[in-house]
Amino acid sequence: MGIRLLGLGARAVILVVFAIFFIAPVLWLILAPTKSDHALITSSPFSFGSFHNVAQAWNHLDAYSDHLYRRWIANTLIYSLSATAITLAISVPAGYGLALGKFPGRRVILTLTLVVMIMPAAALVLPIFLELNALHLIGSVLSVILPFSFFPFGVYLAYIYYATSIPSELLDAARVDGCGEWLTFRRIALPLAKPVVALVFFFSFVSNWNNFFLPYVVLADSNQYPITVGLSNLLASTPSFNPAVGGGGQSVNIFKPELALATLLAVIPVAIVFLVSQRALVRGTLGGAVKQ
Amino acid sequence: MEATRKRGLHVPRGLLFVLPYVPFLILFGIAPTIYALELAVTNVDGSWAGLHNFTRTYDDFRSVPAFKHVLVYTIVWLGALMVFVVGLALLLHGRANRVSATYRFLFYIPGALAGAAAVVIWLFMLDPTVSPGAFLLRDLLGARIFAQSIAPGNLPYIFAMIAFWTGAGAWIVIMYGALNTIPPDLEEAARIDGAGPFTIAFRLKLPLIRKWIAYMLILSFATGTQLFVEPEIVQHASFGLVPDTWSTNQLAYQLAFRYGDFNGAAAIAVDLLVIGLVGAVVIVTRSGLFRTED
Repeated sequence: MGIRLLGLGARAVILVVFAIFFIAPVLWLILAPTKSDHALITSSPFSFGSFHNVAQAWNHLDAYSDHLYRRWIANTLIYSLSATAITLAISVPAGYGLALGKFPGRRVILTLTLVVMIMPAAALVLPIFLELNALHLIGSVLSVILPFSFFPFGVYLAYIYYATSIPSELLDAARVDGCGEWLTFRRIALPLAKPVVALVFFFSFVSNWNNFFLPYVVLADSNQYPITVGLSNLLASTPSFNPAVGGGGQSVNIFKPELALATLLAVIPVAIVFLVSQRALVRGTLGGAVKQ
Repeated sequence: MEATRKRGLHVPRGLLFVLPYVPFLILFGIAPTIYALELAVTNVDGSWAGLHNFTRTYDDFRSVPAFKHVLVYTIVWLGALMVFVVGLALLLHGRANRVSATYRFLFYIPGALAGAAAVVIWLFMLDPTVSPGAFLLRDLLGARIFAQSIAPGNLPYIFAMIAFWTGAGAWIVIMYGALNTIPPDLEEAARIDGAGPFTIAFRLKLPLIRKWIAYMLILSFATGTQLFVEPEIVQHASFGLVPDTWSTNQLAYQLAFRYGDFNGAAAIAVDLLVIGLVGAVVIVTRSGLFRTED
């Protein structure tokens, strides 16, 4: 019995320690913009400052390079949403076609899709850069949006969904009733696709929003940056982590509270998507989605 | 089957739906791979170079340190995933559903902060003047100022920790999902036979999710070798302590951008691509986790 209790106690301690490890940095980030740069150092790390400080940090951040921060957020929204829209428009039909179609090359497309999907996305960034460079597309926003739109995981999710969840008798019945190929998809398969659309939206949006490497290498103008690259740009301009900047003479007013606020605001859209999909994700749909 | 296919359809069933996707697969999946391969085995003027670009980039004085950094980072990260993800998933699997769901959600949250945001947060966490974990930095790393925290020897561990912080939650959820596929009668039978929670976890559950663990490790190994974002961002905040060629991918990037050596960059990109490709092919063909046939 004693050992049993000890085991339970140890289990609780381990879980709590890990919960602190995962959550404390997030809590710190939420509280940091409420404090002045000085208070961040002197007051307790998890204390609350004031909303006035948040407003001030925002004013400094917003003033940075003539509202550049807003521009980055807007860029990220444009890149992520348009790429996700394209992803949905091509991957849901593609998954459907791969699941229920019979055509030469189907197996090859499926296997290639799987391989690219499992391969780390970063492995393709430099090759894509080299290719876009040869095509003289570097510096265009399309060189971010189009590669983002290629999301093989989305095709695979749609494929698995149609292959397992929709009885082919249902579609056959529709065909017998005289629905053509397109009408069968439009009237039957597409309305049934809601869960998979939600899933693809989630993964595609989050991976686009967080992508750093590709936009970092293909975009040159800081006005085109998404927020991920913008954050690293901001980091390089703050004297808090880069004393050389302070010595440059030009004051940018970007200190720790401003940097923390910039980071916090940058993750809000993804955090919202996470909260909305929380139940499905934690239940293990994610695991189930790629399971046999 | 033949009859349905022929009836009123001139194109094979399903093909039209897949067509819009094909150009994307070719342009951003296949073509870049082939083009990188081609660049890697040719010279600037397009003449055949054989393996020269590969040996040349390998002999670069920055190449071996970068390779070592990435290797240490990947090993530390894989070890952490192996022990903690599997351990936490097993711990949570034995819990009341409500409590377990709460923990899984808490562990998953940092996933929303992946990439650049996570790096910036951890720069704060590693700055002893503001970090809530300042006592840990002092006692474990002996660091009293930021520059000491990010001393070069610490970096592979720091990057592994950041990667673990953002990614572990998702893997815990996946492992938990895999554990849920174990039939409850099996566990019940073991319990009746007198097996304790430890025996059940390690002798029964662990072997049954072996495939998923292998999947996680292969995938993470391939991902780990691609390390770029973390060292690239930290380098901006490192007072010049961290070289801009810290990781292999950074070296490839620098070759292309600073020196215009696209062939050399392609050779390194191909090295990394092969690692990713081999990992992916092994998972697809050997694990049986992904179906390609119905």
